[in-house]
Amino acid sequence: MTTPRDPTLELKFRDPARARALAGALAQRVAAIGRPIQVMHVCGSHEQAIARFGLRALFPPGLTLIMGPGCPVCVTDAPEVDEAVALARQGARVCTYGDMLRLPGTALSLADAAASGARVDVVYSVSHAAELARRHPEEEVVFLASGFETTAVATAAVALAGPPKNLSILSVHKYVPAAMEVVAASPATRIDGFVAAGHAAIITGWEIFEPFAARTGRPVVVAGFEPLDILAAVLKLVELIEAGDASVFNAYPRCVSKEGNRPAQGSLWKVFEPRDGVWRGIATVKGGNLELRAELAHLDARRRFRIDTAPVRDAAAEVRSERCRCGEIMLGLATPAECPLYGSPCVPEAPVGACMVSSEGTCRIWHTYGGVPDLRENA
Amino acid sequence: MCLGVPGKVLAIDGLSATVDFFGVRKELRLDIVDEPVAVGDYVLNHVGFAIRRIPPEEVQETLALFDQILEITGAKEDLMALDVRGEIASGKDEA
Repeated sequence: MTTPRDPTLELKFRDPARARALAGALAQRVAAIGRPIQVMHVCGSHEQAIARFGLRALFPPGLTLIMGPGCPVCVTDAPEVDEAVALARQGARVCTYGDMLRLPGTALSLADAAASGARVDVVYSVSHAAELARRHPEEEVVFLASGFETTAVATAAVALAGPPKNLSILSVHKYVPAAMEVVAASPATRIDGFVAAGHAAIITGWEIFEPFAARTGRPVVVAGFEPLDILAAVLKLVELIEAGDASVFNAYPRCVSKEGNRPAQGSLWKVFEPRDGVWRGIATVKGGNLELRAELAHLDARRRFRIDTAPVRDAAAEVRSERCRCGEIMLGLATPAECPLYGSPCVPEAPVGACMVSSEGTCRIWHTYGGVPDLRENA
Repeated sequence: MCLGVPGKVLAIDGLSATVDFFGVRKELRLDIVDEPVAVGDYVLNHVGFAIRRIPPEEVQETLALFDQILEITGAKEDLMALDVRGEIASGKDEA
């Protein structure tokens, strides 16, 4: 769609000499291993930096970096969206983060519901949802709470701060470490190591990945978001793979500590408990969903309301999206370019699959940055 | 949703802080951040909550990074810069 960006030009403001040195070292290490290496990151912000700066062009041919299930909007399951749509059509005032609006349910999105007259508000923060409820005590305000654990911590803070009685929470929060287990256990995926997201680790600490690394035999490197952060983290990961060292390395020490933010973790688990749940396109993820604890039933939209999703479902629409390959893309089994819907008819303005909806979805990112960010294939 | 944007704390009122993000002022909650935050500190913002007080020695580097991204790209066709700006601005006019 557009001319691929020149990666050396893009990296000028990121010390190209260091970037080239890292890329050179990376090529040496991958060559020394002597087999193709496949690593996965699980963060939309990482994919944005990687695609934006053309980092894949700096990788040797034997190294593949895949974006795994790293976008919380994309893995929100269609029936979960249906619940929010049904609540909005039942008369609740549903508010949520902006990138949830156009996420398709089985048939309708919240944007569709709003277009047909339902009250749907975009909020920047769960604290704004609480303010909205305070300003409108006569209305039932439901916050559709999406995001990974870092975002769930914000929801927990509001839940524990005495929110207004007319506010309830429809939690579709997800827990990233649980999804990494699914990817590692999937027989179809062969991932040699993981790049973990720095922002999530600010809360959880890097020690949370230690049992995972030990159990799966895959090293984990926690990475920041500058191009050199990511290159350095991938190099460290490849070194650990070469050494057969399934340990955890923190390559983002300026923000991430071993133990993380303990008070925030305390709040998180006081409010939420992990439950098995379906992640869109992936699988049932054991302990992958964060549900409100029974003690907070008064805040839980699922317990407060009888949600009837039957009227907002449409079997025909479900059939139309069957060719969507978001699930395989999120598991690293396919690239957006391999999806028959990618680019036509599935585009950001009219997304079919979840990965095209959010600014953190793989398809959306690839589409924005010119289709095929892996410049090696264009060379 | 997951972008972490750094900003400078201008004022604090209880658990609420007024924070400057490249000229856009926002109210951030301080419920989550796990160390004391003072006026003049830089914090990382995630969905309206400060999630990390950025060590002062890292501030210049981080700010330079964001300045460069916003400046060099001209922002128009750049999703990341648009997201950063959108995320900063979106809190201003919600319902």
